[in-house]
Amino acid sequence: MTTMRLVFVGGGISYRALFNWIHPAMYVPTMLLGPIFQILFFVYLGRYNGLQSDSFFVVGNAVQMSGMAGVFASTMSIANERQFGTLAPLLATPAARLPIFVGRMLPVAANGLVVSAFGFCIGSLLLGFRPPLSSIPALALVVVVSVFSCTAFGFTLGSFGMRARDVFLISNLAYYVMWLFCGVNVPLSALPGWMATIGRGLPFTHGIAAARALAVGASLGSVSGQVLKELAIGSVYLIVAFGLFRAFEVEGRRRASLETY
Amino acid sequence: MKRALRLTAVGWVFHVKGLTMSGFFVVTTTFLPLVLATTASYMARAGQRQGTLLYVSLGAGVMGIWSSTLFGSGGAIQWQRWQGTLELIVAAPARFVLVILPLTLATATVGIYSLASTLIWGWLVFGVPFHLVHPFLFVLAVPAAVLGLGLLGLVLASTFVLYRYANALSNMLEFPVLFVTGLLVPVALLPGWAQPVSWVLAPTWGMNAIRQAALGGSPLDDLAMTLLLGACYLVLGSVLLENFARLARDRATLALT
Repeated sequence: MTTMRLVFVGGGISYRALFNWIHPAMYVPTMLLGPIFQILFFVYLGRYNGLQSDSFFVVGNAVQMSGMAGVFASTMSIANERQFGTLAPLLATPAARLPIFVGRMLPVAANGLVVSAFGFCIGSLLLGFRPPLSSIPALALVVVVSVFSCTAFGFTLGSFGMRARDVFLISNLAYYVMWLFCGVNVPLSALPGWMATIGRGLPFTHGIAAARALAVGASLGSVSGQVLKELAIGSVYLIVAFGLFRAFEVEGRRRASLETY
Repeated sequence: MKRALRLTAVGWVFHVKGLTMSGFFVVTTTFLPLVLATTASYMARAGQRQGTLLYVSLGAGVMGIWSSTLFGSGGAIQWQRWQGTLELIVAAPARFVLVILPLTLATATVGIYSLASTLIWGWLVFGVPFHLVHPFLFVLAVPAAVLGLGLLGLVLASTFVLYRYANALSNMLEFPVLFVTGLLVPVALLPGWAQPVSWVLAPTWGMNAIRQAALGGSPLDDLAMTLLLGACYLVLGSVLLENFARLARDRATLALT
């Protein structure tokens, strides 16, 4: 019961507190309106280059759109505790760390799902993206797994915010690296081998590949390998993120550096 | 007039130095165009489109100037607001527009780092030859484009004075302008509604001028159009800025974050 309360009530309160600056006037332009043009831009760039179908770019970018929440909001969920001066009081509590950690992930992941779903709807409305109706539940599952994976990756970066002075520079760079390496707009086969290899270890790569296959009618069974890889990658990042969180907590206490920059 | 020019020049140098010292600003505004240039280059290669790599490098570079202008112009007003210096600037004896104009011009100028880095990146990674058909006109076209974008930044900055969520607007406008102004996809291929919008945006003409100077063609008309639009932005930005600042003072919202 205490664990559930920490995850859901604590996570919800922390999200509202850390993101109290998110007003609809901020959220809608940043998370919804801007990415519409991201999808349009890459669809037209693809058409201009004679590369792939519109569906290829709609799926890639709609899944990747959740990365804005997955990377930046996750980073802020930890780094801003330090910046707002609430990290030390939080870590002074006897609460178990894992529920605190998971509670911070859930709202961020939910936000990513909303943004990604919006991207698919825009693709459908503006660009005629029409996956088979039967594939939509599987597509939704793949998006959930991809968003989880990206959120875990974001928390890995965010954990560095307990130590690093400017973690947002790292998250900005990581966000754009994912854009290039994860096959969002360029098929992995068209990238140099080393880039494709790195991409296969990043979130989204396998999820996007699975979503693209589902969008053209493949069954969930036929892409289960990709989905499991995405899930495994997300789980590894989650373990690394939590490990870093704990390690930096211990280190921060030992060196009295939790609140120093 | 002389004092206005002096204030603009001194402010421009001050802000170029200040922005250059910000590692976060320089890295983020340079890195995105590099990623975009790389993505677009691989897309061109995979799609078997020939002879577009310099086209892509130039487009991504101008995108960097736009990102820098957008992020800098929007962010700077917001940063001043957060630091509590916005009221001081508004209350200073110098006209508000003369304080903000050097800042928006400086943000566009710092974007030249992006143009340089995408051209060097294209040459190093993709072997894009940097051969300019009209080098002299290229040297004219780049500052003209920077000036046009900087003055567009002035119009944006004016809205940022009134609009408290300025950075949201900055986040939102990056891709729309990249899309509409044909930096990487020719305007002729865009949907019909996008073309009239592109005509009133200086990056469209600035990009054409730079491309025609680099790849061949007659850039003078585009260059003139960039400067003409820049002059319109200066007038519009001045009027909007003074009025929005007055409105913000009337409503006592200037310092609100």
